[in-house]
Amino acid sequence: MTTPDGLDIQDTVLLDCEHVSLSFGSVRALVDVSIHARQGEITALVGDNGAGKSTLVRCIAGIHRSDDGYIVFDGEKINFHSPEDARRAGIETVHQNLALIEDLTVWQNLFLNRELVRRLGPIALLDRRAMQQKAREMVATLAVNVPAVKSRVRRLSGGQRQAVAICRAAGFSSQLVIMDEPTAALGVQETARVEELIIKLRDEGHAVLLISHNFAQVMRLSNQIWIMRAGQCVGGRRTAETTGEEIVALITGAQAQ
Amino acid sequence: MTSATLIGQDTEPWTARIRDVGFWADWAAVIGLVVLVAVFGVLNPTFLSIGNIESMLVAAAILIVLAVGQTFVVATAGIDLSIASTMTLAAVVFGQGFLHGWGVPLSALAAIVAGGLVGLINGVLIARGRITDFIVTLGTLSAASGAALILADGKPVTVINGFMLRLSTNGIGILGWSFIIAAVVAVLAHVVLFHTRFGTHVFATGGQPEAARAMGISTQRVKIGVYMISGVLAGLGAILLVARIGAAEPAANTAFLLNSVAAVVLGGVSLFGGRGNIVGPVVGALLLTALVNGLTLLGVSQFYQPLSVGIVVVLAALLTRYQR
Repeated sequence: MTTPDGLDIQDTVLLDCEHVSLSFGSVRALVDVSIHARQGEITALVGDNGAGKSTLVRCIAGIHRSDDGYIVFDGEKINFHSPEDARRAGIETVHQNLALIEDLTVWQNLFLNRELVRRLGPIALLDRRAMQQKAREMVATLAVNVPAVKSRVRRLSGGQRQAVAICRAAGFSSQLVIMDEPTAALGVQETARVEELIIKLRDEGHAVLLISHNFAQVMRLSNQIWIMRAGQCVGGRRTAETTGEEIVALITGAQAQ
Repeated sequence: MTSATLIGQDTEPWTARIRDVGFWADWAAVIGLVVLVAVFGVLNPTFLSIGNIESMLVAAAILIVLAVGQTFVVATAGIDLSIASTMTLAAVVFGQGFLHGWGVPLSALAAIVAGGLVGLINGVLIARGRITDFIVTLGTLSAASGAALILADGKPVTVINGFMLRLSTNGIGILGWSFIIAAVVAVLAHVVLFHTRFGTHVFATGGQPEAARAMGISTQRVKIGVYMISGVLAGLGAILLVARIGAAEPAANTAFLLNSVAAVVLGGVSLFGGRGNIVGPVVGALLLTALVNGLTLLGVSQFYQPLSVGIVVVLAALLTRYQR
C-alpha cells in the first residue's frame, strides 16, 4: 500500500521544507527545520507547547514567511504573500478555531470568499442554487455526520462544525490539508467520526499534515511523525517503526535523535 | 439524531412557535406596526384615510433610506452616529450648489458625493486607523454638522424648483415619488445584502471577523464599503429632505439619527453584527413614522413623541435578547 521507505521518495513527496528558520525579534521560533510530507499519507507534527509546530504550519500556509531556508510544494519553491496564495496553490488549513461564520449557513461557509456568481453585464449575482448543489456534493463525498447544507453553523455541534471545516478544506481540489488540533474540543464519539473523515481524506489522495497532542491519535492515524522541540525538528520516524514511548522521549528530550 | 432535529426546525407547528419568545422577537417590527395601525385606526378614523397613508409613506421615505444605510453598518457590528449630520452636510452642499446655479442634477450629485466622502473618511479611520466605530462616527457627527454650519454660514437656502416640488408631492397613486425612491433603495439593498459576494462578506465581517480574515476576506475593505454606502444614502436622504422642506438648512436633525438606529433595532438586526435583513428596518421606519403620526392625530403633545419613540425602541431591544 505504501511506498517502501527509501524508494522513489521524490515521486510522492508533496511538501518539502528545507532548513526553514524564522525569528520574531530575538525569539528564534524556528531553527533549521527540515521536514517533508507525502501524497496519500498523514504526516503528524508533534511537540510540546511552544515547540514551533504552529509557526512552521503558518509558514507553509502563507501566514508567515521564513527568514531562511525554503519550502518546495508540488515541485515548486513557494513564495506566498498571503494565505490566499497558499489556497490557490492547493494548501488548505483547518484552523484551530475553524474559521466558520456562525450566522451563515453550511453552504455559505463552504463557499466563503469563493462564492460562485452569475454575471449579468457588470453585475455579479450569487448563484445560490449552484452553490447549494455543489455543497451537497462536497458533503456527500465525505459525509459522516454533516447536517443539511442550509442549516446555520450556530446550530451545529462541535463535531459537525469540524466536519464542515474539513469539507471546506478538502474541496476546491486542494492537495495538502493542514489540521491544527482537529479533535481537541471534541467528545469521544465525535473524535472517532472526525478521525474517520481524516482517513477518508488520505484515501482520496490528499496529503494531510496533522498537529496533535493526542499520542494515541497520532499513532493510530499517521504514517510519518516529525518531532519538534524548542523550535527545532529533533527527529522523524515512520509510525510503523516507532512506539509511543520513543516519541514521548524525543519530545521531552529524554532521548536525543 | 442531531441532523434530524435540525431539519425539524422549519416544520414545528405554529402553535408552538407562537409560544416561543424568539418568534415575537423576529417579527417585532411587523407585529408592532399591525398593532399600532389597528389601535390608531380605531381611535381616529382619519388615520387610515388614503390621504393620511399617502403622507405617512412620504414622511417615512427619508427614514427608510437612512435605516437601510445604518443596517449595512450595524450588520458589520459597527454604528454610524454621523448619519444624520452627514445628511445635513449633504443638504447644505445641495443648497450651495443650487444657490450658485449648478442646477438640480449637479447639486444632487454633489450632495451624494459629499455624503460618500464622509462615509469614506469614517470607513478609512475605522478600518485602517483601528479606532472604534463609536468614537470615529461621534467625531464625524460633530465635524459634519460643523462643516455644514460653516459652508452655509449658518443660513438656510430656499430651494424653489419644479422638479424638487414634484419629487415631494407627486407620485403614482398613493405612492409618492420619494417613497418610491426609498422602496427602490430598499430592494437594491436587499439584493446587495443577500445576492452578492459583498453582502455575504458583510455578515462574515460582522459575525466572526477573525474567521473572515482567515478565509482571505479583507474586512477593512468591507468596513470602508458599508460606511460609504451609509454616507451615499445619507446624501440621497439629503435630496429628499431638501425636496420635503423646500430649503437646505444647516439644522441638526438629531431625531433622524436616533430613529435610524431605532428602526434597525426594531427590524431585528443584531447590534452585535453578523445577522440582519432589510425588510425589518423598513417596517421599523414605517412603524416609527406611524407612531408619531398617530400621536399627532390624537392630539397628543409633541413633547410626548420622543418619549414614546424611546419606550418603543427599548422594548424592541429587550425583545431581541430572545432572538433565535
